[in-house]
Amino acid sequence: MQKLGCVAELDGVREELAVERQAARKVVTVCGGTGCRAPGCMPVVEAARRQLERQGLTDSTRLRVTGCHGFCEQGPIVVVDPGGLFYRHVDPEDVGEIIAVSVARDGAVERLLYVDPVEGKVRPTESDIPFYVAQDRVLLDQNRVVDPCAIEDYIAIGGYTALVKVLTGMTPESVIEEVKASGLRGRGGGGFPTGRKWELCRAAHGTERFVICNADEGDPGAFMDQGILEGNPHSVLEGMLIGAYAIGARRGYVYVRHEYPLAVHHAHVAVAEAQEAGLLGDNILGTGFSFDVRIARGAGAFICGESTALMASLEGGVGEPRPKDVHTVEEGLWRRPSNLNNVETWANVPRIVNNGAAWFAAKGTEGSKGTKVFSLTGQVKNTGLIEVAMGTSLRTIVYDIGGGGVNGHRIKAVQTGGPSGGCLPVECFDLPVDFDTLAEAGSMVGSGGMVVMDERTCMVDVAQYFLRFLQDESCGKCVPCRLGIARMLEVVTDIAEGRGTEEDLALLEDVAETVAETSLCALGKTAPNPVLSTLRYFRSEYGTHIREKRCPAGVCRALVRYEIDAEKCTGCGVCLRACPHEAIAGERKQAHVISAGVCVKCGICRDECKFDAVAIL
Amino acid sequence: MSVEQPTLPGGKGAKASCDSRPRLTAERRNTHQRTMPMDAVLQILERREPAPHQLIEVLLDIQDECGHIPQAAMILVAEHLKLPLIEVFRVASFYKAFALTPRGRHIITVCVGTACHVRGSPRMLDEVLGFLGLEPGQTTEDGLFTVECVNCLGCCALGPVIVLDGEYHDHMTPAKLRKLIQSVREAEKEVLTHAEAGVRC
Repeated sequence: MQKLGCVAELDGVREELAVERQAARKVVTVCGGTGCRAPGCMPVVEAARRQLERQGLTDSTRLRVTGCHGFCEQGPIVVVDPGGLFYRHVDPEDVGEIIAVSVARDGAVERLLYVDPVEGKVRPTESDIPFYVAQDRVLLDQNRVVDPCAIEDYIAIGGYTALVKVLTGMTPESVIEEVKASGLRGRGGGGFPTGRKWELCRAAHGTERFVICNADEGDPGAFMDQGILEGNPHSVLEGMLIGAYAIGARRGYVYVRHEYPLAVHHAHVAVAEAQEAGLLGDNILGTGFSFDVRIARGAGAFICGESTALMASLEGGVGEPRPKDVHTVEEGLWRRPSNLNNVETWANVPRIVNNGAAWFAAKGTEGSKGTKVFSLTGQVKNTGLIEVAMGTSLRTIVYDIGGGGVNGHRIKAVQTGGPSGGCLPVECFDLPVDFDTLAEAGSMVGSGGMVVMDERTCMVDVAQYFLRFLQDESCGKCVPCRLGIARMLEVVTDIAEGRGTEEDLALLEDVAETVAETSLCALGKTAPNPVLSTLRYFRSEYGTHIREKRCPAGVCRALVRYEIDAEKCTGCGVCLRACPHEAIAGERKQAHVISAGVCVKCGICRDECKFDAVAIL
Repeated sequence: MSVEQPTLPGGKGAKASCDSRPRLTAERRNTHQRTMPMDAVLQILERREPAPHQLIEVLLDIQDECGHIPQAAMILVAEHLKLPLIEVFRVASFYKAFALTPRGRHIITVCVGTACHVRGSPRMLDEVLGFLGLEPGQTTEDGLFTVECVNCLGCCALGPVIVLDGEYHDHMTPAKLRKLIQSVREAEKEVLTHAEAGVRC
């Protein structure tokens, strides 16, 4: 794109784009998010390109590859507009038919449409699908209409109008007031009021200051920031530009984890495009405001999601946190005032500026305004990226959006907030999801990971999993976190392997309390949450492990054994052939037997058995 | 600039440098893994501003280029970015992204994120480790496979996920994983047989 020297030129480009876009009779959108790339959306894109050409529809049709649409479980996803026909699990071989029926004509390929698993009815468009209907998609909606590598797409839907509004008609103070009035709180997990943070940073001493975008989404089982940065990077850049103007920064950084190669790539492309268009750099749109952004990659350290550790990492060092007696808004990156916000927080800013603080504050609860993106994963039917107003109940999220348990399994908990959060049982499912309520219940909203767990998940194993994760990720700087987590892991491992005693539970609680109170950084202070929350809500599971030396969910390997049910076994021999450890014996058409001494409990026999004859005892 | 063999402080990865590996194993590796061309490192360094804050970016580039961070490369980086060698080593050994020893021809990455965990990734990890006789991060004797863990790849809907040489495999089971490894082994054998046949001709 040519360099835009003034606001009028940006408006001109937008008008031109509107005319150009109207010329396309149909738009074929293929979800190109990370979740759809694994099951093969890129060959679908290629097939669509070939088919449009072959069927002579290239000129009248626009083919668009976008970021994540959210419904990852149904990928690869193809949507045909106008009308929003939603095709799922599309193979490259299906594309010819879709183009012939829905692009050349106005029909639908019924077999590729979504079928509601509850009612068995075909739901042809996104607006008919319960997964989408139950959501309030303010941020994620743009993902469906924006090619993340085309700044034109973002401009066409009104991108950078909030920046223009700010640069041409608002003082930095009034921007801060607007953000404060909206009630926006940090989406990275801390929940600190964003406007207040900006105000503190603006007021800090010094002439040079920085704004930073935290895209080091280290929580396992969470990919909200990936979805936004990968799918709509310009909305994040526009938020940063507005923040930089309000705070008085000329330089910004996006710190993105290298495990998200697509997000890294799209962020680079977006920055280069914005620079070329004159929306980053010196004298932006001729207003005299200058700001530029650099992308820095994280190198695989969970601790770098913590503000002081992230800044240490940006400086090129090891990511160790420091005490926060002097906050980073006063002394952060290179000891300059630095304002760090999470990807989703930044992406909310342009919407707040454009629609007003009151619009934003109208959604949500008393203390938590707006919408929040969550990644709904684990043992739930509809996994993917969702967005709901703050205060929506866990029940709505898990059952209305998530569709409930898989294959009739009973859901027993939701883990929220990643390794800093906790497990909430079904009894808590009517709680409104907001910063304060979840914290009171012993968990947290965190950055928005939600892992659903059913009866096949063992809560002792979950606690052990998080402790192992945290032990591995503890930077080791402070003693309580380094040793406390290791000690807790030892105790929980004892319980999981049948060596636990009743006294262990009191010891666990004691160590957990010490770690929470005395660790240096927020990640250490919250590290005991997974243990404490499982102890609080699932104490009986610990008890069964300790007293009966039994794992009710059949997960803790030291306490389970695999056995073939002679009644159900038909002697087909599938398990015998499948077992790589030669632990199964039996004659054809006779019930087979597992030799407990040889069995390593890999579960392959259970996966392969068509008669559900292999049981975990 | 000096590219002599440096003596690095002890620590993970310091024991088995690429040069201490048996020749026979090394022969089977990709060329870029056998010896790290230092001019490639220089090129990476030239693309970056010679400032200490570029350290992680530079190391990531080197890791991408050659699959691990060789000792000689660390020396060059230290000189170029005007950092003590110990600081380069400190950073290279702190972050998970960096391997200090050469990795195998094929990298199997098992996602051990929470969503994959509750869907059975521990079974996947145990299976692959048991099958190949490795611990996470280790490489098979023949230099074919390295098994690594990652905390989350952000495609949780597809779990359990494993990545083989950059290609994502969704909804994995231990049996599927075994087959996948076998197919790679067979493909490798075929390549080897062809190569030997080529030599004889």
